Amino acid sequence: MNDLWQAFFKAISLVVTLDDKLLEIVFLSLRLSLSAVGIALFIALPLGAVLALTKFPGRRILVIIINVFMGLPPVVVGLFVYLLLSRSGPFGVFGLLFTPTAMIIAQVILVVPIVTAITRQVLEELHLEYDELLRSLDVPWYRKVTALVWDARFSLTTAALAGFGRAISEVGAVMIVGGNIDHLTRVMTTAIALEARKGDLVMALALGLVLLAVALGINLFAYSITETVKRRHQ
Amino acid sequence: MTKHPSILPLKIENLEYEAGGKHLVKNINCEFSQGKRYLLLGPNGAGKTLLLRLCHGLLKPKSGKVVWSSGKDINPKHHQAMVTQRPVMLRRSAYANIDYALSIRGVDKALRPDMINAVIQRTGLTRVAHKLATVLSLGEQQRLAIARAWVLKPQVLFMDEPTASLDPPATHSIEELIHEISAEGTTVIMTCHDLGQAKRLATDVLFMFRGRIKEMSSADEFFSGPQNDLAQAFLDGQLIWWKRRPDKDDVQI
Repeated sequence: MNDLWQAFFKAISLVVTLDDKLLEIVFLSLRLSLSAVGIALFIALPLGAVLALTKFPGRRILVIIINVFMGLPPVVVGLFVYLLLSRSGPFGVFGLLFTPTAMIIAQVILVVPIVTAITRQVLEELHLEYDELLRSLDVPWYRKVTALVWDARFSLTTAALAGFGRAISEVGAVMIVGGNIDHLTRVMTTAIALEARKGDLVMALALGLVLLAVALGINLFAYSITETVKRRHQ
Repeated sequence: MTKHPSILPLKIENLEYEAGGKHLVKNINCEFSQGKRYLLLGPNGAGKTLLLRLCHGLLKPKSGKVVWSSGKDINPKHHQAMVTQRPVMLRRSAYANIDYALSIRGVDKALRPDMINAVIQRTGLTRVAHKLATVLSLGEQQRLAIARAWVLKPQVLFMDEPTASLDPPATHSIEELIHEISAEGTTVIMTCHDLGQAKRLATDVLFMFRGRIKEMSSADEFFSGPQNDLAQAFLDGQLIWWKRRPDKDDVQI
């Protein structure tokens, strides 16, 4: 038990003294996860909107597939991206394997279904509510989409946060496609796994604490913005 | 706003509507003229709301026509508005709700604040203008829905039981607004169940029963002695309805 407390206090000192190695890993993790979420939003918001507002053959099957993909096993995604990017794979010529870009690709694949599914659900419900008014006002389809996305922005923030949670806490896929290379592709989750395996519980715990703090900080930031905007109208 | 040619009279020709294998609106023929207040009366299921929606283009008829008198250059959709029984509020402020309607109609951004402030004042919403529309009381939401429609200066305003589930003061304020809107030349076509309200508001009455117009006359004629027996029974406060019997004709009671 003493060892645990010792490790805990050492971990806090690493965080407080802004340890170089720790900072490098934290910033790389943030850069990769935020990039992946940004790209995923770019793909998932329009895709979710299309699924929510249009009817086409195969739509229901597509919705089911996307819902199933929310629970994609990260190691399978990692393996899939590995095969695509490996030297003998179709995208091997780009030399992306074991780079941060490969890790972003894997994270995007994991995040897109989550954001798409939540976006579709949120916009579909809001569309049901607004439909008669928007048709009465003869709103063109592109203005419909912008109105729905704007009015659902708080719920869609939750979708983005869920995506970020998936990306920042992911370990299996980024380990396979990133390789956990020091100073290049080592992120918080892969470093925690490595340090724990090495027996360096202090570093592992410090990284774990930072991971929790980062997730908490980003959620608090999003929550406070949402609440401020809501309060302005009450 | 520039003055547009009238889209009225509105002619309804042999209008039929069917849903789920049931004939809900049957053989409707009527005409709505400019500047009047038409009240659609009748029991539940008479087809009043369906007729409003068919006229406003929210539903497609099975057969028949809704004919606006505007030429090809004018989109009649842009000169009519609708207020529903349960107001649909965009999840933004009351002010922004009205602004959205104006932006959709392409009204210049610089002109909008004056128009919005004027309609907010006339509908008594100044105190809640910057509140989230969804947190307003039902009466306030209904006035906002009317403000959002009124600001567009519609030639025709469809209203589906706008005072249903409102208390007398809120009902009174809505009725005053309807009089004001009508005084500006807007034709009001409205459904309601309340005979007192119909007497206070109507210039003309359409009495509907089972998807058909049973009587269409001026309010004075209707309330002094309708030609139709069912309309008379309705005015007398009798309960009129019908039962559906499987494999048999409907039975009127």
